[in-house]
Order: sequence, then C-alpha cells, then structure tokens
Amino acid sequence: MKLDILYFAWLRERIGLPRETVETEATTVNALVEELRAREERYALAFSDLAAVRVAIDQELRDFDASLAGAREIAFFPPMTGG
Amino acid sequence: MTSITIRVQRGPFDFGAECTQFADGRQDTGAVVTFCGIVREHEGATLEMMEIEHYPGMTERALDKIARDAAARWSLTEVLILHRYGPLTPGERIMMVATASAHRAEAFAAADFLMDYLKSRAPFWKKETTRVGSDWVAAKDSDEAALSRW
Repeated sequence: MKLDILYFAWLRERIGLPRETVETEATTVNALVEELRAREERYALAFSDLAAVRVAIDQELRDFDASLAGAREIAFFPPMTGG
Repeated sequence: MTSITIRVQRGPFDFGAECTQFADGRQDTGAVVTFCGIVREHEGATLEMMEIEHYPGMTERALDKIARDAAARWSLTEVLILHRYGPLTPGERIMMVATASAHRAEAFAAADFLMDYLKSRAPFWKKETTRVGSDWVAAKDSDEAALSRW
C-alpha cells in the first residue's frame, strides 16, 4: 500500500524532508519504523530513540503498536510544545 | 451548545479586540476568562527568535477536540482558541484562549484545562534561536504530568 509520511521539527531536519510517499507492506507503525530505519543512516538516527518520537495516523495521535489498516497519512514528530 | 472558535494563523492578533468581541452581548454569560501566552526572553536576553512549526489539518482537529472536551466537562457558552505559527520575537503574543460561562469557577477551570492540554496534545513545536545557535524546545515532564490532574 501507499502511505504519505510526514515529518516535523527535528525529525524533519534529521531525515531531510517534510514528507514522502512510501510503498510498504508494514501492518503496524512499529513495522513501518523498522522499514524506515533499514533504509538509510539518517532514518536510523532519527528513529534511534522512539521514546522521543510521537506518531499520528490520519491526524490522530496513536501508539507505535497501532495497526496501519486503512491508514493514508502517517506523521512522526517529537513531543509537542504548544502554548 | 457551546460555540467553539478555533483559529490558527501566522500573523499577529489584536488581544484587546479579541477580548472585547468574545461572548459580547450574550445574556447567558456571567463570566469570561482569558489567557494570553507571550514569547518570553531568556535570562541574559539572548533569545532572538522563536519559530513555531505546526501540522496543518491535525492542529485544527486537535484544538477542536480539546475545546469539545472542555465543553463536555463544564457548562460553557463559548470557547476560543487562537494560536500563531511562524517566526516570533520576544514580547510577541503567541496564543490565547478564552472561555465563557454563567459562573466564574467553570470559566477559570476550563481555561486552565485548555492550556494544559494545548501544551502537550496540540501539534506545535517551538524552535529557539539565540546568539549561539538554534534548537528545538524540549517538552517538559511537568507538562505531561499536569494532565493527570484532570
């Protein structure tokens, strides 16, 4: 399946792009992260500490063990600092 | 039914005008509470700029959910959340919330709740530039802990 992947803040800077479309067979966020980590050093670096990363599926905050079934847009970003 | 207004914008806002217009003329509202967040200078005056990044689409959805959660907990007539993004300098207003209710206790509590959730559940990220360089502001454990009081 095709997924739009978005990166924000320091994840965007470390990976070097704000968004990309990937073709993946991953069924969970964790599996998708493993695929990304295996791609290149910059991805491995960005995803080296998942405690410092949050994920949203179709603009809703989710956990890393969440299913990707029906998902279209996945976003990775650091803990939020609004206000 | 609570009237909810969410605004996410790059440009500045007129805090005085927003306060005056909020819940103006309503006869069911006895209390309005407003809060405004301002870019604060570091000790030693080294902060040159704060850049706020956000996630268009999710930001509006997350803010709307936070406002609806507040409206479900307290009896509110109106809620406003306004948040800026883009480059800001010390002294500039970043964001504001306003709550309106029949009585003050609910308006105060709801405004406090909105701020706690906005800190760690709305997709905004701050990057500070000082004379020595720039870095992303780290989330505080205390921000996450603050949610447990609700």
